[in-house]
Amino acid sequence: MKIGLFIPCYVDALYPEVGVSTYKLLTSLGLEVDYPEKQTCCGQPMGNAGFQDMAKPLAKNYAKLFDGFDYVVAPSASCTAYVRHFYPQLSGNSPHICEVAGRTVDLVEFLHDILKVEKLPARFPHKVSVHNSCHGVRELGLAAPSERNVPPYNKVIDLLKLVDGITVVEPQRKDECCGFGGMFSIEEKAVSCQMGLDKLKRHAETGAEFVTGPDSSCLMHLEGIAKKEGIDMKFIHLAQILSSGL
Amino acid sequence: MISHSSASQEYLKDTATAARHDETFYGVRHKRDVISRSLPEWEDLREAASRIKEHTLENLSYYLTQFEEKALENGAKVLWAKDAEEYNKIVYEILSGKGIDKVVKSKSMLTEECHLNDFLEERGIQVVESDLGERILQMMKLAPSHVVMPALHIHKEDIGDCFREKISGTENNNDPTYLTHVARMHLREKFLEAGAGITGANFGIAATGEVVVCTNEGNADMSTAMPPLHIVSMGIEKVIPDQYSLAIFHRLLARSATGQPTTAFTSHFRGPVPGKEMYIILVDNGRSEFLKNPEHWKTLKCIRCGACMNTCPVYRRSSGYSYSYFIPGPIGINLSMLHNPKSNSGNVAACSLCCSCDNVCPVKVDLSTQIYKWRQQLDSFGTASKEKKLISNVMKTIFNHPNLYTNLLRISPLLNILPTNIGLNPWAYGHKMMHFPKKSFHQLWKEKKV
Repeated sequence: MKIGLFIPCYVDALYPEVGVSTYKLLTSLGLEVDYPEKQTCCGQPMGNAGFQDMAKPLAKNYAKLFDGFDYVVAPSASCTAYVRHFYPQLSGNSPHICEVAGRTVDLVEFLHDILKVEKLPARFPHKVSVHNSCHGVRELGLAAPSERNVPPYNKVIDLLKLVDGITVVEPQRKDECCGFGGMFSIEEKAVSCQMGLDKLKRHAETGAEFVTGPDSSCLMHLEGIAKKEGIDMKFIHLAQILSSGL
Repeated sequence: MISHSSASQEYLKDTATAARHDETFYGVRHKRDVISRSLPEWEDLREAASRIKEHTLENLSYYLTQFEEKALENGAKVLWAKDAEEYNKIVYEILSGKGIDKVVKSKSMLTEECHLNDFLEERGIQVVESDLGERILQMMKLAPSHVVMPALHIHKEDIGDCFREKISGTENNNDPTYLTHVARMHLREKFLEAGAGITGANFGIAATGEVVVCTNEGNADMSTAMPPLHIVSMGIEKVIPDQYSLAIFHRLLARSATGQPTTAFTSHFRGPVPGKEMYIILVDNGRSEFLKNPEHWKTLKCIRCGACMNTCPVYRRSSGYSYSYFIPGPIGINLSMLHNPKSNSGNVAACSLCCSCDNVCPVKVDLSTQIYKWRQQLDSFGTASKEKKLISNVMKTIFNHPNLYTNLLRISPLLNILPTNIGLNPWAYGHKMMHFPKKSFHQLWKEKKV
């Protein structure tokens, strides 16, 4: 299986270790992984800010770069959701773009639903609190949304349970938004930071050492607030835990 | 125009009040979650309600005509108002034509939308709100902060002070049961004095011509039982096909709104009591225009349960008064943009696109998608945030030029040494700045170090 690796812009710039972990994890599973170097950003920041027209060339470029891969895998639920759910309307339902967007999956979906991994050589003897990011839960269906009357499930937790020595917990209000929201955190900074602080306190109340999740964007927001407020908490992307034995 | 972002920044300065507001409304959301799980068919009910609403809106003229026919057969008088002004005039003319100068009113968001109370009071007609929350707000001269629990943000101590000032004989006691008793006695007199009762309508049933009003206080019944005249104000989107449809909505409404299995009272008004009169005013006020809007017509499906507000993490932390429209939260953002996009653009940022509202809405209004779509139009209204436009333009330039992007990545660690606590940096408001690593993923890949 040929995999195209999509490393979103802010992961590329700020959290390269998340990209490295994802690559290691995928290759350790016997997959052929390539990283097209002309990739930049999915365009979600502009779209959510109200300028999705500016993202249109990015969608076109994305489809060109990731043509010919069996799957495009990204360690980011939110960027994946933007590509898969917004590129079709952004491109006027261009068959080519829709097709590539439809083959784009988040790392969690890829491991859980496509590869259906049952064991990982990972060991992480720590207590971690799961950050169920909004787009992961409500756009990609990585877990049953707390609002819905559907049988409970959580693909992130399913994967974490394959890790040796780990203790997995969830905070109260387990899928309430942390308040990042892209440029929401800039224009609505007061509400955004209050949401972040509230979320952080609920993660801290679990007694966990780490907060983990499929989106470094939420973790970046929470980490920035934790450091400013002097709250002692560590943040780690799911891919880093799942690849911890490699 | 004060934007939601600056109003909420002000609101959040009182952290204790803001935290209490959040907890209170999250509690309502939690009750909704619990009771919705008691119905295994919950998600099917939502789907059915959504389809019925879409079907009715797509065939609105048919159902409205049927509703009017049946209501006339039942002996009600039916009038049509194209906008708020015409609606207010109709109500005034009915009342003044009969020499009525005192009316009681049960809760109606439509009358708020049309500013009926002010219109009547300016013309010498006393209007008394009979819903307890609305009555408290009326005495305090405040607007509602929520569609279902309009005064839940007001503390009992302040209500006690207000009653002591406005209702003679109120004791120095802020016990909620006592204060409710005071309001009850005070309202009893108003019900007896009133020449007319005005109610809203949760549903208008086309097949029978009846109007259904849901309350927890029985005040719609009290407002209509004594006075010889009942005026119903109903938005044209409130019509539903038949009583079978009502059964679906009725199971969803109170559960979604407050977590109750049903409202304490569900009143069916099918024509006037012998010897009395009943008027039904069907109000358009923009709705038939909204229906033509291909991107936003589904907003009209809303049944005003308020569940989207209770779950909205932004509403809970900013309260109703941070929004420029009298209906706040996700549905308020969308309705305000339909009614007056230029003066309500400041609400559109008040959404982190978490999509929680989409998942609680009993009629499946795609609230967050609609907010996303409104954002795309702000630039054409001239109301887009300059800051966000600038950032987006910079991003567009960088991201559409991969070489520029990778060159900037190479020098990004220089950002680590810039001073961060300057006013121009909105990220530094609540965050410590992020640290740029020496090498990006791009660079590591190029150097084959991945």
